[in-house]
Amino acid sequence: MRPFTQHIGVVAPIIVDNVDTDQIIPSREMKRVSKHGLGDGLFAGSRYNYDGMKKVGLRKNFVLNKPEYCEASVMLGGENWGCGSSREHAVWALCDYGIRAIIAKSFGRIFLRNCARNGLLAIELPAEQIDLLAQSTAPAPQSNRVLIDLEKGEVQAPSGEVFSFHIAESDRNMLLNGLDHIEYTIQHEDQIARFTESDKKTRPWAYL
Amino acid sequence: MKQTLFDKIWDSHVVKELDDGTSLIYLDRIFIHERTGSIALTSLKDQGRPVRNPAHVFATMDHIVDTLPGRGDSTLMPGGEEFIKTMRVEANDAGLTLFDINDPRHGITHIISAEQGITLPGLVAACPDSHTCTLGGLGAIGWGVGTSDCEHALATETLRAVKPKQLRVRFDGELRPGVTAKDMVLHLIGKYTASGARGHAMEYAGPAVEALDIEARFTLCNMAVEFSAFTGIIAPDEKTISYVQGRPYAPAGEAWQQSLEFWNSLQSDSDAVFDKEISIDCADIAPTISWGTSPEHSIPVTAVVPELDHAVSEETRDQMRSAMEYMGLEPGQALIGLPIDGAFIGSCTNARLSDLRAAATILDGKKVAKHVRAICTPGSRLIKEAAEAEGIDEIFLDAGFEWREPGCSLCFNAGGESFGPEQRVVTSTNRNFRGRQGRKTRSHLASPASVAAAAIAGRIADVREMS
Repeated sequence: MRPFTQHIGVVAPIIVDNVDTDQIIPSREMKRVSKHGLGDGLFAGSRYNYDGMKKVGLRKNFVLNKPEYCEASVMLGGENWGCGSSREHAVWALCDYGIRAIIAKSFGRIFLRNCARNGLLAIELPAEQIDLLAQSTAPAPQSNRVLIDLEKGEVQAPSGEVFSFHIAESDRNMLLNGLDHIEYTIQHEDQIARFTESDKKTRPWAYL
Repeated sequence: MKQTLFDKIWDSHVVKELDDGTSLIYLDRIFIHERTGSIALTSLKDQGRPVRNPAHVFATMDHIVDTLPGRGDSTLMPGGEEFIKTMRVEANDAGLTLFDINDPRHGITHIISAEQGITLPGLVAACPDSHTCTLGGLGAIGWGVGTSDCEHALATETLRAVKPKQLRVRFDGELRPGVTAKDMVLHLIGKYTASGARGHAMEYAGPAVEALDIEARFTLCNMAVEFSAFTGIIAPDEKTISYVQGRPYAPAGEAWQQSLEFWNSLQSDSDAVFDKEISIDCADIAPTISWGTSPEHSIPVTAVVPELDHAVSEETRDQMRSAMEYMGLEPGQALIGLPIDGAFIGSCTNARLSDLRAAATILDGKKVAKHVRAICTPGSRLIKEAAEAEGIDEIFLDAGFEWREPGCSLCFNAGGESFGPEQRVVTSTNRNFRGRQGRKTRSHLASPASVAAAAIAGRIADVREMS
């Protein structure tokens, strides 16, 4: 997994509450038995024009389709961003599109876990700081980029303000080092084996 | 003492407290389905990692499979067949138990996990599906995860997590006529918002919860995730124990006696402290329906779409305005009488035998309005057969409902099927998100009986006036 240390990027705002993973990637876009190549399906319901079910070109007024947000790699979000379905395809689609970090007021629980496991940094900041980031990037998104420093735990707005953030220590560790979360747990294989051995004696009914 | 029900289960599953503040939690059961299970198993194989304990892993086909009568592997979803075939090959390679499309035990993941006695009270069960919380209805911790966590679960039989805070929601008093578990949970989310339980595991308690049968408890716990809870759980009682007894994977003999001892200890201690408490008087709950694009947009069926000036902030107002635009509604508009195009009874929320019986009571001897496409997808093959043995299929078919094979179906255009743009659908499912049941489809969440009432009337109706 690609480590996340520092990132400077164009910011695309989707500051809406309860953006659900059905919107981030509709079920019909999850066509392959694969984690890759899902970027085209990102926000498909809002990003394309349709003739019936057929896509007919891009919707010009959708944020990601506007030239000033070309190559956006940071997204701003509202409350409960990524709520709903556990589909990890939402995170894979964001990553495949090129998004490296999402800064929102809060996240859906499963979505938040999925982000860290795929090298996507999810940062929670208070509403007023998100509004400030939106205001300071909107006039010229291509030049007014934000700087995110995971080691320091800071987001720097183009206007110079610095906001500190905190993420779960285990997620931070995984992101900074590009660690595989299974490898991390397998270090404790001995304890898992000891646990199941003694648990089988106390709860034999729970074992098949 | 001082332990909650959730504490008792969680604490007994801690393999190790890790130095990053997370706990390594042992998982008793893992259930996977063809949409993400296929990817998780393929990905594990690519990494050269085996499934740690295939005896505790179960799989079904529900997310992509067609629900049309006479179905096979082919599905309307482009590329869907590949998921089904991959799942079958990988499940067999990994040596886990697959309830394949034609298996008599086939059905929707969370429904058959309980039906087969795979998930039991006091267990921790994980599944790559957000509605795994359904299993809290048995007094188990149902843990919904993404694909990466699912791979982790399969490879290690554990998940790492920070223990959530805890919320208790008490339902006091008695349910009024026409009010079901679905109305209870829509009322709760409507009142306390879709993020009301963020960061918390939620225990449902109180006399109205104790009075619910197990199937209704599944409905209540199913929508815990729509309230942003880590999971929902209800203390097991005698009803739970008689539900579990004799099921194929449930313990028997000496093991059954041992399990009873543990299950009898599974209540929150009287002095247990919750981080947050909510109390609801059931006298305040009417048959409830959603008007907008989040389950928090839920109101009594007799109420009107909220006025925008009731919104607390400008932002909420904008979101409500946008939801109304999507739904083709105006502030102050009555929901009762709105013409509908579709009616759906199915999903892990409301597709059990008691749900089908409740709908059949309304449908008996009546006809679905001509302009309404009405579909029923029983939650499992066993439920379907039990309903057929009671003649419920005849009631649905005579009324003009389609009677389908089990699967997730039109809950989220699984199997590639959807309702049409701007079609208004009353649905017994869990999510009224934009595009969930089809591009631009307008979904109204309600109980199975309310769906049946709307199907007959051809418009949104008050179930109390139809029964």
